[in-house]
Amino acid sequence: MTDSTGIAIGNAPAVAVTPSRAPRTGTRRWVVAVGGAVLPLAILVVWQVVTTTGLVPTSQVPSPQMVWEAAVDLAQRGLLGQYIAISTQRVIIGFLIGAALGLALGAVVGLSRFADILLAPTLGAIRAVPSLAWVPLLILWFKIGEESKIILITIGAFFPVYTTVAAALRHVDRQLVEAGRAFGYRGVRLFFTVQLPAVIPSVASGLRLALAQAWLFLVAAELIAASMGLGFLLSDSGNNGRIDRIFLAIILLAVLGKLTDSILALFERWAVRKWA
Amino acid sequence: MVLTQAPVTAHPGHVGQRAFGVEFAGLGRAFAAPRRRGATAAGPVLQDVSLRIEPGEIVAVLGPSGCGKSTLLRIVGGLDRPSTGSVAIDGAPVSEFDPRCAIGFQEPRLLPWRTLEHNVALGLPRGVPRAEGREIVAELVSLVGLANFSQHTPRQISGGMAQRTSLARALARNPGVLLLDEPFGALDALTRLKMQDLLLDVHAAAPTTVLLVTHDVDEALQLADRVILLGRSPDAPGTAGNDIRQVITVPGERPRDRGSAELAELRAQLLGGLGIERHSAH
Repeated sequence: MTDSTGIAIGNAPAVAVTPSRAPRTGTRRWVVAVGGAVLPLAILVVWQVVTTTGLVPTSQVPSPQMVWEAAVDLAQRGLLGQYIAISTQRVIIGFLIGAALGLALGAVVGLSRFADILLAPTLGAIRAVPSLAWVPLLILWFKIGEESKIILITIGAFFPVYTTVAAALRHVDRQLVEAGRAFGYRGVRLFFTVQLPAVIPSVASGLRLALAQAWLFLVAAELIAASMGLGFLLSDSGNNGRIDRIFLAIILLAVLGKLTDSILALFERWAVRKWA
Repeated sequence: MVLTQAPVTAHPGHVGQRAFGVEFAGLGRAFAAPRRRGATAAGPVLQDVSLRIEPGEIVAVLGPSGCGKSTLLRIVGGLDRPSTGSVAIDGAPVSEFDPRCAIGFQEPRLLPWRTLEHNVALGLPRGVPRAEGREIVAELVSLVGLANFSQHTPRQISGGMAQRTSLARALARNPGVLLLDEPFGALDALTRLKMQDLLLDVHAAAPTTVLLVTHDVDEALQLADRVILLGRSPDAPGTAGNDIRQVITVPGERPRDRGSAELAELRAQLLGGLGIERHSAH
């Protein structure tokens, strides 16, 4: 599936003289696209069949048609775009703040033995707190406003980045670091010349995990305390028995999550090619 | 003597203007924790090493595995510190990661995400203006015969090319002392011979002081002005550290005839010092 995120080879260069990079496998692009679409299309067909034949009552599983109509209805009221926009905005802001903090603290803990001893146990304990446990506290502190949701998402996005960056920095090839030192690089210059480039592929995969966590925490936040957004749509529809909207919200979350993840996957692929 | 002086491909105007003497005075190094490398784990690795290396001289350090050759080199470069005694370069004590030295490691240790050119540039001393730096790098890259590969990354080149890049990177530092830690050890025999000739070309173009650690007797005799044999004293086995057992001044001008009888005799002598039997036919 993914490229082998191998540890940087500082010592044993390959003998390949061709300047082009070997592709992962010989699979063509359209095969990948079509292959990936097979299962969703099959599900759609089965879904259509079981609902129109009455095999499953539409009160349990609405037909694709009904879900589509629910979407159109919400769109006409101007709610669909608004919910998608507000949820995406929360995820992006929370993800960016969490990732930046995770990068900074991960770098400090990964590079400094002292910071590791001082901070790692506490951060590990905070990480162990289940996401939902924060919700009542955040609502008490920040009421139902944007802050509570964004802080929760920030917490969710922070830890994957923090842990991968700290671990990757601890395992940067010591020989490369020593070579950097031997050529007069120290501190910040050494970090930006040797250590940071060496961990960029790990950072990229940490960011992908963080983004997935951000969507997870978004729904957790919106389910419990929100007046807008996809999580709110889920809980509101649950209360009103609007199963078509529940299906719609789940499908939208799947599509949005996959789309944003694909963007980061492109970045990760580029990072692995360039820096690994 | 069929071998002729190979033409030096470039004449570096910027590099090789420094050559410093190195002086070891009663140098010793002991490791607190037992190390697995040495023949005997505990105790001093090096003991009472005293030697004076002249500016511009090539000195090869020979010795069995674990005798502290690399440790000695690392101490000169300021990557390690002596437990006793001292080392001075150009009369002044060695500082941490001493800027007067440059190291060619046993492994190329290139940054895999940088092109060869940018890897060489890593060796440039701080404060070299950008344009001048680029010029120096271009000179060195062609000096080691990689002008056509300067835009390649370390993954795209062979082991020998990687070691040449590593050598160019060390030279970019304009070292007063060039420290080479078995730089050709991992290469195949033919490539190694070519690299030795290259090193001599480089030294002719940039006559810096060279301290070369090797386990290859022929390499030492081919390259060095003097060969230092490190080892433990046979009279005091066990706890004593390694010190200098022999210092051999290699006769003749470089490049030397690889097949000369004189060198063959020295080779046998050095191999004897390393505890290898001669198996001579009578």
